[in-house]
Formats: sequence, structure tokens, C-alpha cells
Amino acid sequence: MAITRREFIKWASATAGVTAMAGCATTGGGGAGRVVVIGGGYGGATTAKYVKRWAPDIDVAVVERNSEFISCPISNLVLGGNARMQDIIMGYDGLRNREIRVIQAEAVAIDAARREVRLADGSTLGYDRVVVSPGIDFMYDQIPGLKSADAQNRILHAWKAGPQTVALRKQLEAMPDGGVYVLHIPMAPYRCPPGPYERICQIADYFKKAKPRSKIIVLDSNPDLVSKKGLFLAAWDGLYKGMIDYRPNSELLDVDVKGMAVKLQFDSVKGDVLNVVPPHRAGDIALKTGLITTNQRWCGVDWLTCESLAVKGVHVLGDATLSAPAMPKSASMANQQAKVCAAAVIALIKGQPVNDQPMLMNTCYSFVSGQSAMHVASVHHYDTGQKTFVPVKGAGGVSAQASGEEANYAWGWAKNIWAEALA
Amino acid sequence: MNPTPNSVVLALVIAGGHIALPAIAADATHARSLAATCFTCHGTDGRSVGGVPPSIAGQDKNYLLQQMQDFKAGKRPATIMHQHAKGYTDEQLELIAGYFASVEPGAAAPAPRAGY
Repeated sequence: MAITRREFIKWASATAGVTAMAGCATTGGGGAGRVVVIGGGYGGATTAKYVKRWAPDIDVAVVERNSEFISCPISNLVLGGNARMQDIIMGYDGLRNREIRVIQAEAVAIDAARREVRLADGSTLGYDRVVVSPGIDFMYDQIPGLKSADAQNRILHAWKAGPQTVALRKQLEAMPDGGVYVLHIPMAPYRCPPGPYERICQIADYFKKAKPRSKIIVLDSNPDLVSKKGLFLAAWDGLYKGMIDYRPNSELLDVDVKGMAVKLQFDSVKGDVLNVVPPHRAGDIALKTGLITTNQRWCGVDWLTCESLAVKGVHVLGDATLSAPAMPKSASMANQQAKVCAAAVIALIKGQPVNDQPMLMNTCYSFVSGQSAMHVASVHHYDTGQKTFVPVKGAGGVSAQASGEEANYAWGWAKNIWAEALA
Repeated sequence: MNPTPNSVVLALVIAGGHIALPAIAADATHARSLAATCFTCHGTDGRSVGGVPPSIAGQDKNYLLQQMQDFKAGKRPATIMHQHAKGYTDEQLELIAGYFASVEPGAAAPAPRAGY
């Protein structure tokens, strides 16, 4: 394939010389096809790696607005003081070393008729198949008090790891002993079903060590804990007894930023640190490009290929998708979908049959302290009749109990899933 | 229940006039896709970063298959592997074991750190 001169100059100037020239030689060599991936998170980075790995003759470019990858998994441990930011920040050089073009830019549009992705600077990238893995964005329009940027900077979600993780940790450190931390959990589906409950454990672990008179109030929109209920309650009733006030069916109406209170239908809950996770939907690029098909929130896909049900030639995966039954919005699931998507994209470009028996496996670890973790697991097979993934009956489950052994496995999971995406 | 992968391959080859892949290549691709579900925890191609959980690349096929069958039957105690192994048919487990047996063992590179 050919790249335009403008594209080459932009890319060469943005990349280290040696990598750029090596990439140029490959790109100029006439590939079997062109794949553009929008979003360099767990879904996108892993898809890019596997398209290149399984079909080196396909040209692959990743468009990612951030210069670094920051992991949501393990970020709760940063809040709890059991991991550092540098543990969860990684670079994209591993993908560049595979002769994948990593372009730091914002994708703003997809022209499906011309098969082009347009970037914020007006330049375009041609594709045969485009993969959109945009993650989530927040529906702040549902929370009047959080409409302003100033309010959003004071009442944090920290549900995308990065500056908000650092800022929330600072708020927790600044909170006096005896203060109240309030976490609001949106109605499912949301990113990382066990994540809020792990966060409670991590912050309780920090309070227990550093400010033991402090309290935690959990305002859960859901009628009960969404994931690993028994295991989390065991930690809350054991390790953190008396610290956690869990309130189900606590759907949020608004936030009073000045008064530092979360407004519920019949109640108003004040806190010293308010951590409000707004409801989310597929990331902005999915909204802009007409990929959202369901409830104005999620992107429906054909699960054999991850191809959008709305726009041909566009594949969507990860948290932005309308999940199949019992399929969590997790890093593990994005990793697994990425390999189904990569294999399908290669097959479609090369005119080969698409695997009609794909499998997905999910593994989500949660740390209940700095040293102890537990898991939930599931296996999903494609059901031809229902045309979607369904859980395999009799498979999957949760830990017997949280343990140090599983904390070791959890760190191993993190290192391996990071390498899957980025090495 | 699922048809066996071999019958799937055969069906594809018979049904699809435009299909260029020989059956053996489609079978290999299917095995690779099944094995790829294990990479998330065990590392790309079963080469584990840091060795936890263990690397499984390049191990003996019969040994790998026996371990997975023992996990599936509950004969070998585990934290999680029994729950995963029960999600696959015996034919799928055999393809997975065959894939990892065919891969060269070796070191796994960790994800590179950011530039600071």
C-alpha cells in the first residue's frame, strides 16, 4: 500500500528516526491490506499486535491520543497505596518495534464510503478495515451539578486511570482522620463490575493503616453487589469491620459540589471526599461515527467478527460494545475479543473463512488488601442459534476465598495482559 | 453441543466454494484461536512474563492435555484452572495442547515501561 507524502512526513517527524525508516520500508513494500485501530487500550493495542503477528503483510496503524498506556486494572491499588503510578504506566515502543505505526492523535471521523479515518489535524488514514476500541465516556448530562469542568475536577470518578487516579489519591491523603469517603456506583452495566467493591477494599486498607477513625459510605445504584458478593462481604465484615456502610438502591439524582453532598431521591449524603462514577456509554468517537446502536449507549456488533451492526467495515470491541449475556466489560474480555477480532479482520481481508466457533475466557482478579486477592472466571462459546456468545454451563466460578497465592496470580495476570497488549 | 473442530473444518471446506484455505491450515488457525484464550494469563503463545502463572509453551502435548483433563475432572486441585478447563470440550483441549506443544519455549518480554 502507499501512504501519502503528508502522512509520511507527519509520522516520520513524530517517531524516532530508526523506527520510522524501518516502518517506512515495510509500509512501502506493498501490504496485503491496511488496518487502522482507533484506541490503544487493552482492546485496540491487543488487536493491532495480533493482526500484525498473525498477518505480517498487513499494514497496521494505531491512533491513540495519549503518549502512554495507563492501566485501569491495578489502579485501585494505587488509590490504596499498595502500588505506584509507575507500576501501571507503559509505553507503545513494543508495538512500534513490531512495525506497527503508533500515531499520537485524536481520531475525529470515519468516512466509511471512502474508507478513511480523519484525524483532528485534518489528515486522513486509508483502511480496508478499521477497528474502534474507544472505551467509555461519562454521561455527565445526567448529573446537573457536574456539568462544569471545574465541578468534574473536584468530584472525581477515577474510573479511567491517569490524572484522576493521582488526584483522588491526593484527596484521600488530605482527608482528616475521622473523615467520610463516599463512593457512588452507577447502575450496571458499567466498566469493571467488581471494580467499585475492590476500590472500597483498597481505600479501607489505607484508612485502616493511616486514618483509622474514618468511614466509608457506598451508595450503590444497584440492588446488591454486582460481582463477587460473598468474597467482598467477607473482606468488609472481616478485615474492615465497622468501617463500611453499604447502601443499595441508592441511585444518584445530583451532586451538590459546594455542599459536598450526593443527592438521592429521599436523602442527601455528605462526605469529605466524594467519588462519583457517572453512568457511561461507548467512547465519544463511537457516538460521532454512528456506531452506537442501543439505548444511546452501546455499540452492537456481530460477535463472530466484532463488525459493527451499524457501519460495514468498522469493527468495535471492548467496553464500548453491547455486551453479550453475562459478558463483563473487563480488560480480560477486551483482550479476548481483540484476538477474535484480529483473526476475523485478517480472514475478511484475505478472503478466508471466519472462525465460526470462537471462544472467550474471562478472568478478573480483585485485591481485597495489598497482599490478598480473589477472582471471578467464566468461559463463553459462540451459540450459532442465538448468534451471540453465551457462558458455557458448568464452567467458571469464583475463588473459594481470597488469598496471597491468588494475589501472586493477579500480578502475573497483570504482567501478562500488559505484555499481550504492548510487548 | 459444539461439533468437533474437525467436522467444522470439513463442513467449511465442503460448504464454501470460495474457500482457499486447505483443511489443515484452517485447523491450525482454529487451534491457535483456542489457545489464544489462554494467552491472557499464561502469556503470548504461553510464554509467561515472570513465570507466574507458569509458561506452557513447548511442553509435551500429552502432559499438557493430561493436566487440563485432570483440572476439568477435579483430580488436580487449583484456584482457577478447574473453572476454566470445564469450559472446553475434550477435542478443544486436545487442539490447545497441540498448539502449545508446537510453540518454541523461550523468554517473554514484559510490556515496555513508559519513557520515564
